[in-house]
Amino acid sequence: MGRKLLIEHVHVPGIETLEVYRSKGGYTSVEKAIKTMSPEAVVEEVKKSGLRGRGGAGFPTGLKWSFLAKPPGVARYLVCNADESEPGTFKDRYLMEKIPHALIEGMITSSYALGAHTSYIYIRGEYFYVARILEQAIDEAYAAGWLGKNILGSGYDLDLYVHIGAGAYICGEETALLESLEGKRGNPRIKPPFPAIAGLYGCPTVVNNVETIAAVVPIVNEGGCEYAKIGIGKSTGTKLISAGGHLNKPGVYEIEMSISVEEFIYSDEYCGGISGGKKLKACVPGGSSVPILPADLLLTTANGEKRMMTYESLSDGGFATGSMMGSGGFIAYNETACIVRNTWNFSRFYHHESCGQCSPCREGTGWMEKILHRLENGHGKMEDIDLLWDIQRKIEGNTICPLGDAAAWPVAAAIRHFREEFEYHVKYPEKIKDPNHFHKQSFLSSKQSVTI
Amino acid sequence: MSIKETKFNSETLALCHKLMKRYPEGKHKSALIPILHIAQAEFDGWLSSETMDYVASILKIQSIEVFEVASFYSMFNLKPIGKCMLEVCRTAPCWLNGADELVAYLEKKLGIKVGETTKDGMFTIKTVECLGSCGTSPMLQCGAKYYENLTNQKTDELLENLKRENKRQTYTAY
Ligand SMILES: Cc1cc2nc3c(=O)[nH]c(=O)nc-3n(C[C@H](O)[C@H](O)[C@H](O)COP(=O)(O)O)c2cc1C
Ligand code: SF4
Ligand code: FES
Repeated sequence: MGRKLLIEHVHVPGIETLEVYRSKGGYTSVEKAIKTMSPEAVVEEVKKSGLRGRGGAGFPTGLKWSFLAKPPGVARYLVCNADESEPGTFKDRYLMEKIPHALIEGMITSSYALGAHTSYIYIRGEYFYVARILEQAIDEAYAAGWLGKNILGSGYDLDLYVHIGAGAYICGEETALLESLEGKRGNPRIKPPFPAIAGLYGCPTVVNNVETIAAVVPIVNEGGCEYAKIGIGKSTGTKLISAGGHLNKPGVYEIEMSISVEEFIYSDEYCGGISGGKKLKACVPGGSSVPILPADLLLTTANGEKRMMTYESLSDGGFATGSMMGSGGFIAYNETACIVRNTWNFSRFYHHESCGQCSPCREGTGWMEKILHRLENGHGKMEDIDLLWDIQRKIEGNTICPLGDAAAWPVAAAIRHFREEFEYHVKYPEKIKDPNHFHKQSFLSSKQSVTI
Repeated sequence: MSIKETKFNSETLALCHKLMKRYPEGKHKSALIPILHIAQAEFDGWLSSETMDYVASILKIQSIEVFEVASFYSMFNLKPIGKCMLEVCRTAPCWLNGADELVAYLEKKLGIKVGETTKDGMFTIKTVECLGSCGTSPMLQCGAKYYENLTNQKTDELLENLKRENKRQTYTAY
């Protein structure tokens, strides 16, 4: 059994209450930090831990914190990104719903480290009932003196609020999130300036994912070096993976970043294999935005090494033969899944969620959706496949925010690894009229080759 | 048509002012989205132009600023909806586990298509993007509640229960 630092106590009855949470050692990181450490020392521990942002980009958290500008007399903010809308990702919801105090404790310790006196948790609107759970936990924390004025008699004050969104994937992008938190449309800002210099209300701001902030708790409790002992290379600590799709045991798992992908999919401790006794065909290992991989490249890298559940191993081979850890939204596809339909589904998603500010993203996502729809429904032409390739290339890197890239990558990867299947759709339009076409006759192409 | 006046009672109004205080002096516009949620729940599940004007007056901002925001976010309804809006997730992980079949089942059962409302004003079907419930798919959201791992039988039961309850299902966190 791997070590669990975040959700070890998830099944303890009443863990959502402060009393039970406290009985399991909850809030010791706040005590330790505020009573015995300077804010700088806390930042130092986070640096030593090697913790990387769990929201998708994997940027080192300690480094990000050290960029925070500290002009005298100007407020600083910590904002928790609980927008969690990346398809395939549901780990933050699980953590907040089951152990709300873990996030609140992390917010207090992190706010202290950053010198923030007001912090917000921006949660997606659809998670209304989770917001209610968080509000209750916050009320409890205020009542017990963990929040508010003069916490633990230290003179440190902190107010923490939940802020609810209203349905927009783009508000997970940190500058769109800040716009939304200011009561505006969620249009990403042009960077620089980065939030660390001018974020919420123009003040220095750190935006971190729910899981990142919760991980600060064990880091402060046990020390950054202890935390860094778990995992391989620059993938330190544990990671929450939300696993879905064609799996026997979908769900949220906390893994040490040292297990193999194969173990994660097939062992009984984790996903328990592919559902319905079918074969694994493909996998999107880190949320809809990361490249899809065929089964062989998922389980072993192009060099024939076992692929591990780490940032480095999942991205080994770059986009030609690798993928990314992303947000940890692990989606498995069995042999009956149609890759063209899946790609169309994701394109529709990005088209729907594009904020519309940049033309390559606004128009390109719409074109890709349309072309994929036509291919999927048996009206496509061979040239469409190259056209798709061209469009995605013209989006990538030409937009204000990374949503454009996120929309381009899944299309590129699907064509790169499953071109044959796109061609099949053009060649046999009558066979794919039924939306469940591959349920009857699975499509497993011959040994996959990297075509582009 | 209801002829309810577009106005909160004093308790709800006090809640709005409490929410506005969560943000620094002069930044109370931040409370716009939370207050729009309250208004939508209060006034029949959608935001009419009167409702938006009213919200603008509470926050002392222009009506256009409210409309700008209301029209951006998918959870705000700018047209009337049924008492129970069944929001079915259609994104890939749910699709793999039967989201299309769930939509088809609802359409057949209720005799309406996605985007439509039943004649009695009870149900609206909407398709939405990933709701963070991919491991328990297929699923739908109605009001603040998630209904997960749905089967035909569980869907039947849900519709029956909602009919029996016969009340508007809304989100409200406060
Ligand atoms: C389109 C888009 C959506 C995003 N959605 C989320 C999200 O839902 N949750 C999240 O934590 N980060 C999301 N991110 C990443 C954030 O911009 C940001 O990098 C992250 O919150 C930083 O926190 P971390 O360093 O702790 O990962 C998204 C980014 C993009 C471009
Ligand atoms: S890339 Fe897309 S989502 Fe991002 S700012 Fe441009 S149009 Fe908006
Ligand atoms: S894809 Fe339906 S909840 Fe995520």
